[in-house]
Amino acid sequence: MMSIPCPWCGPRDEIEFHYGGQAGVAYPQDPHTLTDEDWAQFLFFRDNPRGAFGERWLHAAGCRRWFSLRRDTVTNRILDRHDTRTVGQ
Amino acid sequence: MNNGYRLRARGRIDRDRPLHFTFDGREYQGYEGDTLASALLANGVHQVATSIKHGRPRGIMAAGAEEPNALVQIDEPFPEPMQTATTVRLTDRLAASGLPGRGRLAAEKDPARYDTMHAHCDVLVVGAGPAGLAAALTAARSGARVIVAETDTEFGGALLGTGEQLDGAPAHAWARQAVAELDEHPEVRKLTGTTVFGHYEDNYLVAVEHRGEDAFTRQRVWRIRAREVVHATGAHERPLIFAGNDRPGILLAGAARTYLHRYGVVPGERAVVFTTNDSAYAAAVDLHDAGVEIATVVDARGSVPPHWESLCAERGITLMPGTAVVTSSGPGRVSQVRVAQWWQEEERPGAEHTRIDCDTLLVSGGWNPAVHLHSQARGALRFSEDLGAFVPDQNPRSVRSAGAAAGVLTTSACLSSGSEAGRKAARACGLETETAELPRAASPPVRPGRTVWLVPSPTDSTGDTQYVDLARDATVADIRRALGAGMESVEHIKRYTTLGTAHDQGKTSGTLASGVITELLGRSTGEIGTTTFRAPYTPVAFAALAGRERGDLYDPVRVTSVHDWHVDQGAPFENVGQWKRPWYYPHGGEDMEAAVLRECRAVREGVGLQDVSTLGKIDVQGPDAAEFLDLVYTNKMSTLKVGRIRYGLMCTADGMVFDDGTVARTGEHRYLVTTTSGGAAGVLQWLEDWLQTEWSHLRVHLTSVTDHWATIALAGPRSREVLSRVAPDMELEQEDFPFMAWRDGTVAGHGARVFRISFSGELAYEISVPWWYGREVWEALVAAGAPLGITPYGTETMHVLRAEKGLPIVGQDTDGTVTPYDLGMGWAVSKKKEDFLGKRSFSRADTARTDRKQLVGLLPADPDLVLAEGAQLVEEAELPEPPVPMLGHVTSSYRSAVLERGFALAMVDAGRDRIGDTVHATYGGRLVAATITDHVFYDKEGARRDG
Repeated sequence: MMSIPCPWCGPRDEIEFHYGGQAGVAYPQDPHTLTDEDWAQFLFFRDNPRGAFGERWLHAAGCRRWFSLRRDTVTNRILDRHDTRTVGQ
Repeated sequence: MNNGYRLRARGRIDRDRPLHFTFDGREYQGYEGDTLASALLANGVHQVATSIKHGRPRGIMAAGAEEPNALVQIDEPFPEPMQTATTVRLTDRLAASGLPGRGRLAAEKDPARYDTMHAHCDVLVVGAGPAGLAAALTAARSGARVIVAETDTEFGGALLGTGEQLDGAPAHAWARQAVAELDEHPEVRKLTGTTVFGHYEDNYLVAVEHRGEDAFTRQRVWRIRAREVVHATGAHERPLIFAGNDRPGILLAGAARTYLHRYGVVPGERAVVFTTNDSAYAAAVDLHDAGVEIATVVDARGSVPPHWESLCAERGITLMPGTAVVTSSGPGRVSQVRVAQWWQEEERPGAEHTRIDCDTLLVSGGWNPAVHLHSQARGALRFSEDLGAFVPDQNPRSVRSAGAAAGVLTTSACLSSGSEAGRKAARACGLETETAELPRAASPPVRPGRTVWLVPSPTDSTGDTQYVDLARDATVADIRRALGAGMESVEHIKRYTTLGTAHDQGKTSGTLASGVITELLGRSTGEIGTTTFRAPYTPVAFAALAGRERGDLYDPVRVTSVHDWHVDQGAPFENVGQWKRPWYYPHGGEDMEAAVLRECRAVREGVGLQDVSTLGKIDVQGPDAAEFLDLVYTNKMSTLKVGRIRYGLMCTADGMVFDDGTVARTGEHRYLVTTTSGGAAGVLQWLEDWLQTEWSHLRVHLTSVTDHWATIALAGPRSREVLSRVAPDMELEQEDFPFMAWRDGTVAGHGARVFRISFSGELAYEISVPWWYGREVWEALVAAGAPLGITPYGTETMHVLRAEKGLPIVGQDTDGTVTPYDLGMGWAVSKKKEDFLGKRSFSRADTARTDRKQLVGLLPADPDLVLAEGAQLVEEAELPEPPVPMLGHVTSSYRSAVLERGFALAMVDAGRDRIGDTVHATYGGRLVAATITDHVFYDKEGARRDG
């Protein structure tokens, strides 16, 4: 049970959160100018690193805000968290 | 012999409180403070059970959780399987029986309460032996919030069971003082009978507290978040492997010492001690002094440490250095051992041996630090050649091991190591303190042990009776077979031999197994390593983990404001998410089919009503609400006029249908969105995600109003008539209140919002009133409709009616691989909007294929037949040789009152091009023919919706 630092509520148990996958995958500016391959990259391809990984979390059983942080996928250590104003981007 | 092996005036049992118990149907007596094991030994009972695979007699080997053998079934006070006799507290009228490795679950419901506790602390100390007490005292003196958890019923650990002295007084007296001081610190919480069984991320530890049969809650699970953790979990003595090392009467030397000092029990009358290290000498000396004849001390090392040599000489105990026990014999319990010469440099013991009679054999192969929790916390281990054991290497962040758990051997070293760990833990919390002043313990010099993994036997070369894991009957021969099959990894060998997989998870056998493997492979033990340590450290009852979350409290149950009415009508309920929805309303002896046909007929011919309060409702407000909804729905919502309603489909970005519902424009900047009953929370979360992270510039707020509104569907050609009786002020005629419009009005005396939408194809209204008035309005409608035969209907009828109209249910007819086009709902996809979620994906090569699975109708050739939902569809009437191409599958299937036959919806490859074709569906092991049709079965032109 990780302790996850919600930027609004402080550290809370992992059970209160939903996982949202890789952070920084923005919705393409104009999807219709993308090739099928580039669009498929956006839809289906995500990083899966061993080590530091920027990812999105939702404090579902709390303030219901999305935010992102960096987690070490080997140790589950939370390395730092992003500014909430750039959440999910 | 009643308590024939109990000493007078020794031990920490309460002789004024005798307890009666039965074991294997025989009556015995023990005392308050006993474990089942100590009480059995006091009565001369060694054999507890037979072994799981080989059926060999097995006895009590240890005095704690590491016990591999003494498995019992508790019969009274409440049936509980697979307990170790060494950890069962004796209670009056306890009834237990020995288990050959498998237990029996209780047939009746457990009447006891279980609960969960949550706690936070600065320093959690696991274990209250000398190291744990020193750590807790030091941390407590700093003012830290401390929790100390101890498996035993009292604090003290080894101080209670070794008969040692501290500052010239019995060690247990110092333990009592330490506890008294801890009691004075208001921020210290002491937990006895509490085993910490899991150490997870960020110092989240989980423990189970055994509170006894008389407590309000039988067991409690503690979930503790600690800033710093000190593992003072002690060590487990390692047995020795030789031929016949599994007999009753063979005990760990340290366990025998515990039985003597803690419980005043001696294990037999004549004992042989077999050791590879100093620690067993104390057992020999203590047992001798308690009146047990020590036949000899067999020491695998070439010489005996002088300190112990002189103590043994004073007592006339004979010593046999450079020897080993090579085999044991006896009818069941050990009655004789054979001892042979075995110098350290020799590969195997000599063939000549001495036979020594005994009724007890005490063994010690050294000590394994209990590194389980340290390892669970991802702490590294290294193999210490000096100790012949795996010890903590690098500590994880904010975790420390102390005392025997860190590989420390003497009591004085345990005390100082504990105190140091407590001080460092407090300092890490920003609290300074001096190292506690510690009592002095006698510290005889400790000589290195001889690391012995296996005593090779002159007579048993395969190792068939050399037991590595007694709980699993896994032998050296089994390991040889695993190696012979080419396995070298300890993890593979574990799974091949089942070593270390029993209730004890290899507490006594794990390191031994690694050692035996290395010896047989000619490698070094550090190289082979250990298997992974996983929670739980000791078995935990599911009841304890469940706590209060069982039965009615297992999961929240959501009911509508009309619920009790449905219950009164005898409706069975369907679970939709957490909601309870009435399924159908049986009349008299009606079965479900009869009830549903009747309800369907009523809606098609007269009028029915359904409680649809569970539909998800989201209030969307803000100046950019229209723009936002245009982005998330496939159709255009910005053009919707106030007062009007539009059906809407939502897709995920990959173009697959995600949810559907209606969108009503309730104001210039305000919409009310409905979702499926099960999808409401997911849809709200999905919308919030896009709003917060992608389109955060949009000024929109989302509020769940699902349980603000009770909603009643009134459907059927006579629904207008019923509504007009309870809403006399509302204009209900077609020209005033057309299809897909909403109006505010008064229904049954309450302010209501009425939607003219239909899920059945009939003239219909959905009437929403504040939740509180749901039942009142429902009953008013029932009363007003009574003369017209108004019929309440449930979810099953709703499903049949919508299927007759070919309307899909998201999640039943779709599965996340279905586009709006696949459903034949291209009409709900805007061609004008520049972009919306899913749009780009409709032109992807795979999504644009014309031979995708499409929603079609299916009419079985036999009209009485109702196809099975989920049934696969194939071309041929007789199955050809596999592989057989699958054409699709049935998604919904019912009997229709209005069609007077069975019908179904199905997803079929290029289905719309195959209308009129015959396909075959699997049905109870055979194939039945069905014709593909359009998915709308009834009132294709939509003539009935206006009544």
